[in-house]
Amino acid sequence: MLTKIHGNKPLQMAAGLGIGFLFGFLLQKGNVTEYDVIIGQLLFQDFTVIKIMVTAIVTGMIGVHLLRDLGLAQLHPKPGSLGMTLVGGLIFGVGFAVVGYCPGTITAAVAQGKLDALIGGLVGILIGAGLYAHAFPWVARVMLPKGDFGPLTFPEFFKMNHWRIIIPLAVILISLLAVLEGAGL
Amino acid sequence: MFELLAMTEWSPYVVGLGIGLVSCAAFVLSDKPIGCSTAFVRTSGMLEEMYRGRQVREMPYYRQFLPEIDWEWMLVLGIVFGSFTSAALSGELHLEWVPSRWAAAFGGNPVWRLLTALIGGIFLGFGARWAGGCTSGHGISGTLQLAVSGWLAVCTFFAAGAAVAFLLYGG
Repeated sequence: MLTKIHGNKPLQMAAGLGIGFLFGFLLQKGNVTEYDVIIGQLLFQDFTVIKIMVTAIVTGMIGVHLLRDLGLAQLHPKPGSLGMTLVGGLIFGVGFAVVGYCPGTITAAVAQGKLDALIGGLVGILIGAGLYAHAFPWVARVMLPKGDFGPLTFPEFFKMNHWRIIIPLAVILISLLAVLEGAGL
Repeated sequence: MFELLAMTEWSPYVVGLGIGLVSCAAFVLSDKPIGCSTAFVRTSGMLEEMYRGRQVREMPYYRQFLPEIDWEWMLVLGIVFGSFTSAALSGELHLEWVPSRWAAAFGGNPVWRLLTALIGGIFLGFGARWAGGCTSGHGISGTLQLAVSGWLAVCTFFAAGAAVAFLLYGG
């Protein structure tokens, strides 16, 4: 039944829209459409972003692996390499601090009326992404293959059952949240 | 129920729980992880195609990421509607040129803020496609799948972001 749903294009477009709607609603309710909140996180003064992301990761990690064990979901880990993930991540991080939004939160910020997000940041992302499409042949030949590890996951890397990683990791992440709350952050 | 939807802010733990559950729904209903940045490169391709015509589709990158509306593009469109609805319900729809924290540090002139946001945006778009994902695709979807790429990406995003934020705001 699920494969039938996955193959229905109009239904999938509607599902994408609906999932995006909920995601955007939550981002706005979480206040991460605010430049001040994102910069506050990068300066370690406001931990809203970390709290949201860590809770989402713990929930999603348990949920998706449970669904996978039940045969209701499949994993789609992205490939990576040092030349791709680390170098691209550094460029992204610079932009993250300078614009004070990321591609998802900027979209939500635009919808709320943030003009620096629309006229500045969103236009910039479109230019940057378009420039990358032109730079891609060189990047793909020279940079992306460096230190390639492919679509590797930690359970594959450690050759362990995924729950032996998920449970301790969930404990560590929840403890981190408890420490933040305990410190009054 | 309405009062809940009209709140200006929900606990970050409620929001995080919600995003985790929405991620699960995306896997089950669409067999796809949540992500945002490919929608931007597809849009760039569509815009470039309006000027340069169909040769744009011959570029190697646009052969991988067709300049067309797809599931993830619809997801990003959904973010616009969702955030708009949330802000409308809580009375937070305001036009704002300069965020208050920026204004306090660098002044209220919108020109400087827009220029900086533009430059930051270029790095963000370029870096997201170079890394193969953003704070959603790597930071949430990658990490929850226990992907090495997701964890490395999110740590790098925040490490580089924090370093530059401290430079900008002088610690």
